[in-house]
Amino acid sequence: MQQIIYFIRKFRYFLLFILLEILAFIFIIQHHSYHNSKFVNSANSITGGVYSTVSNVNDFFKLKSENKRLIEENTRIKNLLNKQDLNYDSTSFKINDSAKYGQKYEYTFAKIINNNYTNRNNSLTLNKGSKLGITSDLGVINSNGIIGVTKSISKNYSTVLSILNNNSKINVRLKNSNHFGTLVWNGEDYNILQLIDIPRQAHIKEGDTIITGGKSAIFPEGITIGAIKDFNFENNQYQNINIVLFNDMSAIGYVQIVKNLERIEQINLEKNTINE
Amino acid sequence: MNSLVLNNSFRFIGLVLLQVLVLNHINLFGFLNPMVYIVWIFLFPIRKSISTLLILSFLLGLSVDFFSDSGGINAAATLFIAFIRLPILKAVLKKSDFDYLLFNLRAISFGKAFLLITILTLIHHFIVFSLEYFSLNSINSIIYNTILTSGITIIISILGIMLFSKKK
Repeated sequence: MQQIIYFIRKFRYFLLFILLEILAFIFIIQHHSYHNSKFVNSANSITGGVYSTVSNVNDFFKLKSENKRLIEENTRIKNLLNKQDLNYDSTSFKINDSAKYGQKYEYTFAKIINNNYTNRNNSLTLNKGSKLGITSDLGVINSNGIIGVTKSISKNYSTVLSILNNNSKINVRLKNSNHFGTLVWNGEDYNILQLIDIPRQAHIKEGDTIITGGKSAIFPEGITIGAIKDFNFENNQYQNINIVLFNDMSAIGYVQIVKNLERIEQINLEKNTINE
Repeated sequence: MNSLVLNNSFRFIGLVLLQVLVLNHINLFGFLNPMVYIVWIFLFPIRKSISTLLILSFLLGLSVDFFSDSGGINAAATLFIAFIRLPILKAVLKKSDFDYLLFNLRAISFGKAFLLITILTLIHHFIVFSLEYFSLNSINSIIYNTILTSGITIIISILGIMLFSKKK
């Protein structure tokens, strides 16, 4: 017994060091393994409060580019609306009043209060949280493309796993054919992402547009993401397909959070099918 | 004594805010973000007990982690350099001109202070980037990032220490 106490006294600093180091590694592992990292994230009230105070000032400098993006989106939506008016046949089109009937996606806007894009694993912080019905695993988009998927949620803030992250895998497809692939990031240039798992039957060429696949229950189908920059075709396989994003990940201000209202239904159905 | 605690607390909060609000968004040449908050460990008085330094440096790293959503990467690295600070200091100063009570980074010669800061910064950055990439395939990126970011961190740290500490 005395020897144990002597041992602890002799190595007490080393033991404290090991203890704290183990704690740090538990945080790292927890951050990587759970969808909703429990403790260390910037969605709590202190970090969120500091970030939203600072972003109030920073916003002022982004007004110009943000306005330009908004007017572009408005123009596009107005054009779309006009086109649809022509197509609607007054006899077949009827407005159903019951709330959210037939609506599959619900959009909430949020402001990015912290954005990083130069690390290997990047994340963002938004100023909306569980108070407004935000949960984890919701898609985050803006008018130019996709941003990421929500991760940790607090009452007023939420963090987003950016597409510029080692753990981010987004289901995408080519716009002109139905070949699916996966969008990942190799950590080098924040405007260039990589497309993998494209079958060799697919015909791709430089400049082809990539859109979201709609196979996952997170993003709606058909959101434009980027265009193919270059690729190699070796051993009958596509390799190193680089995608240039339409979005500038270094200058994004306001985003929309997409909530799939039929997500639980879809996931439960898929789970039952596998179990049978 | 009280002013010492007060000084270190202000420095702690100041450096964390400086790091997460300014330095994490510098993106020099597109990707370099200096991690200057470790200056707090260089300046922490030696005569304080080691356990205080270990716990506080763990909290320092953890606060940066909270802001930058990185799990416990900065906490692990900061804790490690806090633990090896004293052995490295002894090795650099060769024990001869070493005085526990009156130690001050400005009091020792510039070359030795520079060596100390360089070694600790390189180790810290190497741990941070290894844990961030966490794969042997990207060892090139890890070393490349470590060396470039360390260079910027060391320059800013030394300029900051020269500007903000009184010469004895």
